[in-house]
Amino acid sequence: MPKILKEYQLKIPSQSDNLSIIRDVVSKVARRIGFNTDEASKIELAVDEACTNVIKHAYANNSNQMIEVSIKVDRKKLIIIVADKGKGFNPDEIKLPDLNESIKEGRKGGLGLCLIKTLMDKVEFEIKPGLKNKVKMIKYFS
Amino acid sequence: MEGFEVSKSENGDVSILYIKGYLDAHTAPDLESEFQKLADAKKYNILVNFQDLSYISSAGLGVFMGFIEDIRKNGGDIKLTDMKPKIFRVFDLLGFPTLYDILDEEAKALEKFGES
Repeated sequence: MPKILKEYQLKIPSQSDNLSIIRDVVSKVARRIGFNTDEASKIELAVDEACTNVIKHAYANNSNQMIEVSIKVDRKKLIIIVADKGKGFNPDEIKLPDLNESIKEGRKGGLGLCLIKTLMDKVEFEIKPGLKNKVKMIKYFS
Repeated sequence: MEGFEVSKSENGDVSILYIKGYLDAHTAPDLESEFQKLADAKKYNILVNFQDLSYISSAGLGVFMGFIEDIRKNGGDIKLTDMKPKIFRVFDLLGFPTLYDILDEEAKALEKFGES
């Protein structure tokens, strides 16, 4: 396993008004370690989507719970893990929803995880509902 | 503070929403309530100008998904204009350009509303 060069951790209440703080931290770290503005904005959005899922779904808007964001940097990549202790989900069921169907039914969700997969180079899930759910997102330095 | 603001204007029977700032899961309900007000007032021709929008997540896109069917059923449309490339990319990644009218500038959208 490559040596971790830098490590940052953020533990923050599961509230949507904290999304801007999470985005700020992630985007600043991404730019500091060498990603350009465009790549940093993709990383920032992916982490926003993962945290929004935690707030809305894992913790069902219970703001007493905490989201953990852990950022690790090695020589080749940036690794961001968003973890919660809430309700898990089945990662195998993730597919881009049929927009036509979603619109007809007035559904407006289901897009976040698809975006994360598109924006990051690699995404892994470790789901243990009620214990610890982790979404691990990786971006390689080009 | 990364806020979000909506201002409104009217051009004939088209309602124009100018959205500014950061549209995420926290601020999406503000936009939703503006759409709801327009729908309640039976104003179904809606143009959203993204010129001053700096950020959007899927929660923001969800607002457009939630209203478009109802608006179209009533003979109207939601047309989106003046997106920065960074904002358009999010719509594009999720396949929205096939379902929504996304135009370079407000004048083109007004013209299209005029044709229908």
